[in-house]
Amino acid sequence: MATFERKNRSVQLQEDAIRYFLIVAATISILTTFGILFSILFEAIEFFKLKSFWYFFTGTEWSPGTSDSKFGALPIFSGTLLITAIAITVALPIGLGSAIFMSEYASDKQRTTLKPILEILAGIPTVVYGFFAAITVAPFIVEVCKSFGVVASFNSALASGIVMGIMIIPVISSLSDDVIRAVPDSLRKGALALGMTKSETIKDVVLPSALPGIISATLLGVSKALGETMIVVMAAGLRPNLSWNILEDMTTVTVRIVDSLVGDQAFNSPATLSAFALGLALFVLTLILNIVSVRMIKKFKIKYKMSSL
Amino acid sequence: MAKTKKNIFYDPSLSKRHFKDKIFKYATVASLAISLIFLVIFLSDMIIKGSSAIKQSYIQVEVSYSQKAQKSYRKAVERKYVNLISRAELRQVPMQMKNNASLMGTKELKWLIADDQVDMYMKGYYYKLKSKDLKTLEAMVANGRIEQKFNTVFFTHGDSKSPEFAGILSAMIGTIFTILVAMAVAFPLGVATAIYLEEFSKESWWSEFLEVNINNLAAIPSILFGLLGLAIFINLFGLPRSSALVGGLTLALMTLPIIVVSSRAALRSVPSTIRQAGYGLGLTKVQVVKDHVLPLAFPGIMTGTILGLAQAMGETAPLIIVGMIAFIPDSPTTIMDAATVMPAQIFTWAGMPERAYIEKTAAGILTLLTILISLNAFAIYLRKRFEVKW
Repeated sequence: MATFERKNRSVQLQEDAIRYFLIVAATISILTTFGILFSILFEAIEFFKLKSFWYFFTGTEWSPGTSDSKFGALPIFSGTLLITAIAITVALPIGLGSAIFMSEYASDKQRTTLKPILEILAGIPTVVYGFFAAITVAPFIVEVCKSFGVVASFNSALASGIVMGIMIIPVISSLSDDVIRAVPDSLRKGALALGMTKSETIKDVVLPSALPGIISATLLGVSKALGETMIVVMAAGLRPNLSWNILEDMTTVTVRIVDSLVGDQAFNSPATLSAFALGLALFVLTLILNIVSVRMIKKFKIKYKMSSL
Repeated sequence: MAKTKKNIFYDPSLSKRHFKDKIFKYATVASLAISLIFLVIFLSDMIIKGSSAIKQSYIQVEVSYSQKAQKSYRKAVERKYVNLISRAELRQVPMQMKNNASLMGTKELKWLIADDQVDMYMKGYYYKLKSKDLKTLEAMVANGRIEQKFNTVFFTHGDSKSPEFAGILSAMIGTIFTILVAMAVAFPLGVATAIYLEEFSKESWWSEFLEVNINNLAAIPSILFGLLGLAIFINLFGLPRSSALVGGLTLALMTLPIIVVSSRAALRSVPSTIRQAGYGLGLTKVQVVKDHVLPLAFPGIMTGTILGLAQAMGETAPLIIVGMIAFIPDSPTTIMDAATVMPAQIFTWAGMPERAYIEKTAAGILTLLTILISLNAFAIYLRKRFEVKW
């Protein structure tokens, strides 16, 4: 019978130490998530002790500065959703179109040069986009509207929405591109063999197959737009405004968070705490979007038996 | 002859379908073109706005180091020039006299930084000058006593309330401190997490939970990390507000998922034959990972880390929440000092009412973009240079 040399004790100890260090490190990421959740949750509970929970979600008047301050966040939510909608209206067709071109029409060489260029858009800091929206795009929109005899605000929702849309083009195009390329070639060949043109193949066969992935990419884009801060802080307004007119100034959840935390108010005043209530709403919404998005892509992966995406 | 022979496969709608096919292709090309055109417009807009900041106006005047000037810096030059010269520059005159007593009573012809309105006038932008000052100015231009020189102030000074004296140095140093803190925390933690998930963890609810959690962390809006920093690092731990330490820790938590995801991809790309060979030679798991897998995955890990670093460098929102937009004229010397970072400085300048700050903002943006693009290029170089094809 062979005898095995026992492992050196000190080596064994060292190995265990390394193993435990790795486990602790991995746990930090979980602590962070719960840290975010609880730090926001506790302050938000403080806020709802002072102010009505119901009014927060249904009230239409937001006046934190006055003595009988009111916190009805409906106009803030509406502004956020409207600007997000503008951003997606810009980003989805452009992003999806670019993805289709890169995955279906472009040669490999074109693709390897175009994709990094498109990703530069994702690498530009958001404060830079904000400056561009406030200094160049917003005055341009005002001028154009003026020539049509329409009055537009310098803080219009349209300006920040468009620039935000351009920012999330790469988010949508990059994931969509991967997903479209993952659709098996046999589907395309089958469709072409039946006499469909290339565009018909893409529209009727490839895109429907890739739909879960495209929806997932869009949801990621939406969640990014909802949480985007600098563009709206610099280019959108501060005034909560319940309106459908995209040329008016509006405010968003993130703008109000920044605005209420940058001032010098006491930390436990309702005005400051309202930031955490808004933050909680933002956290829950983006978390749901993300979970749905991950589910969608998982479905797609299982359908085409893909291991990496 | 050909006309009479009917092709039974001929589809009359075919030309229409081919036309639609073409339109569809052009639509996809157009959508890509729109993003590229935007990129070009955007970059050229920044360069046009920022290029004028390369030069700055200097004005030649006689500075008299007198008793009067010691008391009031406005007396250091002839009265008609006072409004044309940067106030921050004049304020230094009494200081210079204090440091160098032999200056007292002497006079010197010097090039001083001009006021921002003079600078705007010289560059042909909108300016606000009193008619009296404008006359003096025009006479000086005619005499060649105003010159535009390379703007060294921008890179050698911190922020200032006078736009002509404002520079990006303190913000750059703040950025370096903040990023160093962030990387010192996020790099070891991120790589360790990746190694654990990729090499050590077994398939269990715990590892799956970790994985879902990291994916979610990557999708949380950055501003919420700022709320975390405010509530935990500042209010709970009592770390100094606006400091590079708090900013760095906040950014570290944000960059963590990026580093984890890219490190895992790098570890996964190391073929299992390497590990098998190691085990075959009797190495322990830790030895295999430490001496064989990790070195091979390292270029990939570095690439991902640099990309994460570049992203952290451009991040503004969470840092504003933890107070890193304070007015910081002097560079911070430790990580506990109040500091500001480059994107936050850009944000502050963008909100200033003076016209002269617009070119400063654009110049700051160009500086930041240059750094980010070089970092990205370096990451791509690393990947190309050390990438191993298995």
